[in-house]
Amino acid sequence: MSTLFFIFIGALLVNNFVLVRFLGICPFLGVSKQLETAVGMGMAVTFVMTLAGVVTWALQHYVLNAFGLAFLQTVLFILVIAALVQFVELFLKKMVPVLYRALGIFLPLITTNCAILGIALLIAQREHDLIQTVVFCVGAGLGFTLALVIMAGIREEMQFAPIPKSLQGAGIALITAGLMSIAFSGFAGLVPM
Amino acid sequence: MVNLVKDFWNGVWDENTIFKLQIGMCPTLAVSTSAQNGLAMGLATTFVLVCSSALVSLVRKLVPNEVRIPVYVVIIATFVTVVDLFLKAAFPDIHAVLGIFIPLIVVNCVILARAEAFAGKMPVHRSAADALGFGIGFMIALVTLGSIREILGMGTWFGMRVMPAGYVPWSIMVLPPGAFITLGFVVAAVNLISRRSTATSRSS
Repeated sequence: MSTLFFIFIGALLVNNFVLVRFLGICPFLGVSKQLETAVGMGMAVTFVMTLAGVVTWALQHYVLNAFGLAFLQTVLFILVIAALVQFVELFLKKMVPVLYRALGIFLPLITTNCAILGIALLIAQREHDLIQTVVFCVGAGLGFTLALVIMAGIREEMQFAPIPKSLQGAGIALITAGLMSIAFSGFAGLVPM
Repeated sequence: MVNLVKDFWNGVWDENTIFKLQIGMCPTLAVSTSAQNGLAMGLATTFVLVCSSALVSLVRKLVPNEVRIPVYVVIIATFVTVVDLFLKAAFPDIHAVLGIFIPLIVVNCVILARAEAFAGKMPVHRSAADALGFGIGFMIALVTLGSIREILGMGTWFGMRVMPAGYVPWSIMVLPPGAFITLGFVVAAVNLISRRSTATSRSS
């Protein structure tokens, strides 16, 4: 049980996907201007991440390792993720229209989100079982959401701040992210390595 | 010839992926801990970019429009696998440092963006020139960032000592926060330079 807890906290805070591992920076900078869209994007990423994590975990164990096809990893993972996102989009549209309206516009963007392929590759390197994989994915997804929501909150306030012209836009966003990253580095050591 | 130079320069400066467009940021932030890592990542990305753009351009008339994106992705993923296996065999140290960011070249939006916006419509030589420009531009950004972080964070450049003996390294520069803060200031500096140059070209 404590292992699961450490995996969760490790993915959520200590090795935060955005601020420590640098995965998913594009949506982090692109979709963090409003709190509401940030929450939507975060939820969509968490959802797809968990699904993709489980599917690629199974593929790694039962297909790539079993048949000695490890060199196909990159090609296979990206195709599976792209297909999965398409499938999720169709499924939600048909079956859960409420969720589709909330997450719909973010789904196509997620295919090229390096956090999704990143988590698939990280899981492939680790020796997690299925439950640990799920916990790791949910933790990482919520960590992404947390970073995105904090960033959106700060950026909403920043609209009214007098920022030097050259720093406006990406410049100040990156420096803000840097300061957040310093805060998050305070979590290092929370989990025994 | 003029066209080729223009295509090339577009990626190096006018639409530099990192400085101007701010895409492909994840590898930039993650592997720019030293100038050497930046150079290695830049070379790997440039190779994938040029090869996949050239191949996309070669097959552009054979690929039906509806399935072009999956085809592009498979082409890119193939070249990434080539780079991944080559680095693993020839430079295991660099492969270990760059880690999952080598397979992640697949989802570097720059590569798909050039395939979709340029190589899918243009002849091979122009696509290659365009891809080379974007690759070099990306590499310049990575090496610049890596150099700043390595010099301030470790007092060395490409492993050589450049700071005086009494220099205390700012270790935060090689940690994750340093990546964000350095890139923030570099982007601001580039904005300042391009605003100055447009101002002078307008007034003259």
